[in-house]
Amino acid sequence: MVAALSPPRILPSGDAAITVEFSRTIDEEANRRVLALDKLVASAGLAAVTETVPTYRSLLVHYDPLQIGFDALGEKLTELALQPLPEAKAARRWRIPVAYGGENGIDLEDVAKALNITPDEVVARHVGGDYKVAMIGFTPGWSYLSGLPSSMQMSRRQNPRLLTPPGTISIGGIQTGVQCLAGPSGWHLLGRTAVRTYQLGRDPTFLLEPGDAITFAAVDEKTFAEQDRAAEAGAFVAELIAS
Amino acid sequence: MSKLIVTSVSPGTSVQDVGRFGAQRYGLVPSGAVDRLAMAAANALLGNTLFAATIELGPLNSVFTAKGGAVRISLTGATRPADIAGTPVTVNTSVTLADGESLNLGVARAGTFGYLAIEGGVRGEPMFGSLAVNARAGLGSPYPRPLQAGDELLVAAASSANEKRIDLPAPAEGPIRVVLGPQDDEFGDAKELFLSSEWKISATSDRMGYRLEGPVIKHLHGHNIVSDGTVNGSIQVPGNGQPIVLMPDRGTSGGYPKIATVISTDLGRFGQTQPGRAFRFKAISMAEAQAEYRAFAELLQSLPGRVHDSNILMLDIKALLSANVAGTAVSAIDVETWQAPQPADAQD
Repeated sequence: MVAALSPPRILPSGDAAITVEFSRTIDEEANRRVLALDKLVASAGLAAVTETVPTYRSLLVHYDPLQIGFDALGEKLTELALQPLPEAKAARRWRIPVAYGGENGIDLEDVAKALNITPDEVVARHVGGDYKVAMIGFTPGWSYLSGLPSSMQMSRRQNPRLLTPPGTISIGGIQTGVQCLAGPSGWHLLGRTAVRTYQLGRDPTFLLEPGDAITFAAVDEKTFAEQDRAAEAGAFVAELIAS
Repeated sequence: MSKLIVTSVSPGTSVQDVGRFGAQRYGLVPSGAVDRLAMAAANALLGNTLFAATIELGPLNSVFTAKGGAVRISLTGATRPADIAGTPVTVNTSVTLADGESLNLGVARAGTFGYLAIEGGVRGEPMFGSLAVNARAGLGSPYPRPLQAGDELLVAAASSANEKRIDLPAPAEGPIRVVLGPQDDEFGDAKELFLSSEWKISATSDRMGYRLEGPVIKHLHGHNIVSDGTVNGSIQVPGNGQPIVLMPDRGTSGGYPKIATVISTDLGRFGQTQPGRAFRFKAISMAEAQAEYRAFAELLQSLPGRVHDSNILMLDIKALLSANVAGTAVSAIDVETWQAPQPADAQD
């Protein structure tokens, strides 16, 4: 017997968007429902829906109020959200190379100290995780991954950094992330990858999709530098190890 | 080919259209003009498509110079002193710069952003269907950053069309209207405080967000929620209790509770509110907000019909005079006291 799905909350985000909320917390099951609803909305061919934005726990649905009202679209989305979840299908899986520690991951030592393990053990645990892209947001390509081993979870930095390097791989709370562009971050920086999750002029411009599976692989600084040069020239993207 | 040269420029000046859509799910925000009505009006004045790319002008002085030929432009948005070689230029009109002439723009008096449209639109290479500048993502054309002195925009040769003016409805006054939610239940009595208080926009505001100054809005359960999606006009409340209204260059997701959302119709008016000027919010129902949305869409579509020749009064008088001359039955028209039949056409 499959337990009946609970209806999501239909929340107004102004006069041209609806937030379909499945949970108030980070929750693997809620994220599965978000991604399933995202697919259903896309395949339902709702002309009034202009864009959807999946996040950990909710799906933001942008729509054209000239074509449909809040109540009618809310009912339609509730109906779709209550459809049985599809069988969990094997997702695309990417291998993302990471140069851990040193100047590429300036917080690795501190994280090791805080967790009372060696830096190598931090890397081993991070590489050992099985991750999923839960959402992409904030800035282009910033991919938030679920699946961080519970033995690595620690609260964010007291003082966020105003500038962290492009390609940063970091951990914060129960999440790990692949950051594309340089920018502010309050997470702990473990390493850097040459993979550009967002690169203008490349096809595809955006590499990762919500729902994709991720495996990290440790590489040395020299390999990172080579891959980074190649990636800058558009030649290198992450390795697709299952599709 | 003619060029429009950026001779000097206010901070916060960039090429903007309605923005790029479809990639918010990858963290790419649409960007686009803060005041879409003013942007569309600038385009209507020149016969451009309503949402062609324009120059969104920051509030300080700027100078634009025509080079290599005449350039036909229009000016809308914030009211400000403007002139060409000492001859005043009025907001909500088109004007042609002769080769070598400069449009001098003073400091905005009412409003923040002006819009300078170019006949035929700004030329550039669209990225995701838009020329709008998003400097953080390296997007925008012809320059993927705010404009700087020395920049050059390629433009079409000026047509010989009559100069135009556009009659816009009087700017709405009164509170900025919001729809409560999506996380208004994270706020108890503070919701009432938010709606009943006077607010000011902080000087540290920008196209990412306008920070508000006023009473501290307290959360019921702390200020950390799990990130979810944002829209233009989302009013998020961070830990210090001072709300931030998210603007077109916002992050696509945010982790602070959002108490309310500015309605689409009022986004431009809100975006034009000058820092330090007091205003209030008012909550309206979804039905009212969506009725306002429809009315605003109709207003946008009506813009081309609101464009008239700048010298229409003179033309009418000439026509009437010649009719009189031909007809001989009517006494001469006194130009000084002549009244336009349609008051809306007689504002200048």
